Amino acid sequence: MFASSAGMLNRHQKQVHALDGIDLDIYEQETLGIVGESGCGKTTLGRTIIGLIAPTSGQILFDGQDLVNASKDAKKSFNREIQMVFQNPYTSFDPRFTIIKCVSEPLKIHTNLRGAALTKRARELLEQVGMPGEILHRYAHEFSGGQLQRIAIARALALNPKIIVLDEPTSALDVSVQAQIINLLQDLQRQFKLTYLFISHDLSVVQHISNRVTVMYLGKIVEQNTSEAIFEGQAHHPYTQALLSAMPSVVKELRRKQIILEGSVPDAANPPKGCNFHPRCPVAMPICSIAEPVLDNSGAGHPVACFVVNPIEKSTDEMIQ
Amino acid sequence: MNAPLLAIEDLHVHFNTYAGTVRAVNGVSFEIRSGEMFGLVGESGCGKTVTGLAIMRAIPSPGRIMKGRIFFQGEDLITKSESEMRDIRGGRIAMIFQDPTASLNPVFTAGYQISLQITQHRHVSKKEAKQLAFDMFSEVGLPHAKSIYNTYPHELSGGMQQRVMIAMALASGAELLIADEPTTALDVTIQAQILALLSQLRESEGLTILLITHDLGVVAETCDRVAVTYDGHIVESGTVDDVLYQTKHPYTQGLLAALPDTVRHKQSLEVIKGSVPDGLHSVSGCSFHPRCPKVMDICLDQPPSLIIVGEKEHSASCYLYMEETA
Repeated sequence: MFASSAGMLNRHQKQVHALDGIDLDIYEQETLGIVGESGCGKTTLGRTIIGLIAPTSGQILFDGQDLVNASKDAKKSFNREIQMVFQNPYTSFDPRFTIIKCVSEPLKIHTNLRGAALTKRARELLEQVGMPGEILHRYAHEFSGGQLQRIAIARALALNPKIIVLDEPTSALDVSVQAQIINLLQDLQRQFKLTYLFISHDLSVVQHISNRVTVMYLGKIVEQNTSEAIFEGQAHHPYTQALLSAMPSVVKELRRKQIILEGSVPDAANPPKGCNFHPRCPVAMPICSIAEPVLDNSGAGHPVACFVVNPIEKSTDEMIQ
Repeated sequence: MNAPLLAIEDLHVHFNTYAGTVRAVNGVSFEIRSGEMFGLVGESGCGKTVTGLAIMRAIPSPGRIMKGRIFFQGEDLITKSESEMRDIRGGRIAMIFQDPTASLNPVFTAGYQISLQITQHRHVSKKEAKQLAFDMFSEVGLPHAKSIYNTYPHELSGGMQQRVMIAMALASGAELLIADEPTTALDVTIQAQILALLSQLRESEGLTILLITHDLGVVAETCDRVAVTYDGHIVESGTVDDVLYQTKHPYTQGLLAALPDTVRHKQSLEVIKGSVPDGLHSVSGCSFHPRCPKVMDICLDQPPSLIIVGEKEHSASCYLYMEETA
């Protein structure tokens, strides 16, 4: 939750629920894709998991231990296990640091490696991501976006993490370079048994890389299923269906009947009553503007938060009456 | 077949920088027919935007059009005076850009900006201009035209700002709309709205659209014909069906194979090795040869020219197809 202030001297404080009741499991060595439009809370989710943002309430369990309320020392050791790669490689590096300083910084903080051993490890990391070791003493501005993203991945790998949060790692890159980075990520995952949380707005990339997919809308999860099911005709939530139909594709078989949604994502500081999606939903019912649907397996066999998909419970029904 | 509305012949645009001459556009030729949606597609640094700006004669310094001719309705735009260009630019040819926030002036209301545009290019009274602005706003699907007229750009979402830009382009009666990555900054569902709007305007207004994009998916779903650019020139052009599904040039083939939705889940993607040349250091022969999987000896010496390789003027600039025609 974020406090958004307005007016002189912050007299009026409003709360923005950037994430609102998110329940999520990530399993070892899987890639969980998080999909949604801007403002749906996907980046906030990634940042909360690595501890850059403290949640207002809730727990984040890593191997059964709570990350949110852990001691400072425990948090430091968790930092080794969870790393992040950001969207814009050009702003991910200190322009005054050489590459070796960038890549070896986590090693200096968390390990006892120094001197020649440190250089050797940094060189090794760069070679793992397909960059020559000779670049150690150059600066970030000398590299292209794709090369910088490789270096950012090398830095994330430095401490042998278990989980890497990838926040739109290929959005700033050209198609041909994007393909190189995606292949690299898949190779590294196999080699180091990594778990990925892959955040993206690009459905075709998520489809390609993820085992499971979580679709978010305005701070909430609306649907969760395996990647195959979601992309091969088992999308149940009307928002997921609209998102899929809006995805332009060169593959003729992938072209779906376009569902064009009206309007745009509402302001998170001022969410609509009931289901967040109902003002744009093509199949909204009267109940949708009154009650809030919960994630439920009953209608489709996998978690969907929608009254159209899940049978409406008696209690909710009575509420409308 | 319709007569070309716009014909570009052998266009060269160079930027003289301290580091040397950057050949941003290096011999581009294509034709856009009246009423069609023409896609210009390529990766960053391929000269797509500069081509668009050249048509508007709005190349920023230190760039210069070195060579070439741009015919719009039979008139050569290169020979026009600056005052003649002022009438054409924003009048008969309009352009919208990737970032609508940066295209609108933040200190004036949307209504003021569109009215200014209308009175510049049409002989109408202020009152008529305002009415025309209302009509345009509803034409592009902006609800409550009256209240939109009095809002400042920051009060509108990205999608609505882009609609205002399109309304401004239409208001002056443009025949050709150059849309430079019009949906790249927008979310997918908003992108779908804007693309649907462009297609609809094409039908209802007979608008001709040059769509500049990096997204082959967008081209596949909206355009009639397409030209693929690489390092400042066109490597393949033709109808969308021919270029995307009967692909001839190795670069186009590579781009398509690199798309995640064209391969099965979990298989690795095809990769074009290396990256786009910077335009500063010219590559000898075919500029794609250092990255080409089918490179031959001849590719190193001489740049290939664009030749017809299939039906409906499907053409490609590649030596692989030269022998067949020779």
